[in-house]
Amino acid sequence: MRTPGPQSDIVITSRVRLARNLTSHPFPGWARKEDRAIIMDVIKPALEDLSEMKDSFSEEMTKLSAIEKQVLVERHLISREHAAKGPGCATVMNRNQTISVMINEEDHLRMQAIRPGLQLSSAYQSLDRIDTSLEETLPFAFDHQYGYLTACPTNLGTGMRASAMLHLPGLVLSEQINQTIQGANKIGLAVRGLYGEGTEALANLFQISNQNTLGSKEEEIIEHLDRVISQLIENEKNARLKMLEDKPTAIQDQVGRAYAVLKFAHIISSKEALTHLSMIRLGCDLGFVPEEQRETINVLLTEIQPAHLQISAKRKLSPDERDILRADIIRSSLNGLTAPDFSTILTERDDDDE
Amino acid sequence: MNSGDSIPLTFRLESMNCDVCQTEKASVFFSQMADGKLQKVNLCKGCADEKGVTDPTGFALADMLEGMGQETTPEAEFAPDELICGSCGFSQTDFKKTGRFGCAECYHVFDEGFEGLLEAMHKHTQHTGKTPASFPDLPAAPESIDPEALMEESPLDELSELKQALSKSVEDEDYEEAARLRDAISQLESQIGDS
Repeated sequence: MRTPGPQSDIVITSRVRLARNLTSHPFPGWARKEDRAIIMDVIKPALEDLSEMKDSFSEEMTKLSAIEKQVLVERHLISREHAAKGPGCATVMNRNQTISVMINEEDHLRMQAIRPGLQLSSAYQSLDRIDTSLEETLPFAFDHQYGYLTACPTNLGTGMRASAMLHLPGLVLSEQINQTIQGANKIGLAVRGLYGEGTEALANLFQISNQNTLGSKEEEIIEHLDRVISQLIENEKNARLKMLEDKPTAIQDQVGRAYAVLKFAHIISSKEALTHLSMIRLGCDLGFVPEEQRETINVLLTEIQPAHLQISAKRKLSPDERDILRADIIRSSLNGLTAPDFSTILTERDDDDE
Repeated sequence: MNSGDSIPLTFRLESMNCDVCQTEKASVFFSQMADGKLQKVNLCKGCADEKGVTDPTGFALADMLEGMGQETTPEAEFAPDELICGSCGFSQTDFKKTGRFGCAECYHVFDEGFEGLLEAMHKHTQHTGKTPASFPDLPAAPESIDPEALMEESPLDELSELKQALSKSVEDEDYEEAARLRDAISQLESQIGDS
């Protein structure tokens, strides 16, 4: 995920997932352990044989360590629920981690495509091709009225959930975010925090996704979501402009403090780090911090999470040790970062004063 | 509930012998609540015909059970009148508890009142998106299906048609047809599994 995608100042990633089940066995939550093992033994090789999944990472959940599973969660490649699964459950993903498949999560198959920036349609197309290849060998449960049959009726129809991760500091700082979330809910979209359902909106990051899966074509759902996201991007940009106009000093203060803390802290919690990284990212978007730092920030957003820190330390770390290592990693990553340059605002403010 | 009502509930796939003659393979399965207990009867086609099971209205499971000692304690919370999926054993209570179904077949077993739930959930009740290539665009309306004649078609098409016919025959309370279709589905599924 190193090349930035379209609209990547505000849209971090686009994801699409499809839920599928086989006709032959009960859904994972109701299946016996033996059934789950049979399902996994049918689906796993079918996936591994796909040209898209050549040289894939393919492992049963029981063979992964707790930290490895947590790393996959932190990279949004599997769900927290799937990380807790035992025998008969597996994860298959391609080398560059743009396609990942959970076997026997809530459904027999949960396939996901992830892309940088706003690229929902391209993410869906790549997943659609995999789905079409798989249906040649796997008998998917389908009904003409209900569409793809899923364990939970909320996923019926297309079995598709499309979502984008948006960075919305402008709407948060200008206190328009709750209104925005309510508005999205009214038109059938869900807005959640960084790690999906029931999680806090850390780092001003929000996931927006379709709620309804039945009654619209896949392309229609994506088109609708694309339109709403474009509108949100506009709103976010306007909120930023307005803040620059109304409270330029407050923004300088936020970005300046973020720079100071991240550059000089030796102990930093995940939450504090995420908050400040969000502000440096905003600083990039507003031209106070060099553009190329945005990708460093994106990488840090992932790398400073608990399991990633422990992988980099190659050992289990206590929360206190993690806070120290996190600060070390941030300081060394931001080594080349010079103090934010606010000259553009200052000039404007001088003009205002005259 | 009236203990004489027989509810044809389960069409299980495992093989077991007829409770009456003890020799033939059972192909018709019945469960019902009587005196707060779950009773199950498994019959072969011959005995089912003989006992008039093909005409469920004239058939009382309680009479059938007399002297046969077929009584089992209800498993967990088994409410009277409760619908159970014949394919996976999932009950309506399970659905209320978890909000999820047990298997694909559950959608046909528990479809009464389901549209209302879907409307509240999705605003729509008809799928318009992608359809797997193996499914014909329009669902066939099979009156009676001869499994032999269907062997020329794709086994998956055939399986879905048989399953639809099975749901319909259960709705119509045509249990003899349902038992026959269930056997055909079971046979076809094992063929698909082998290939």
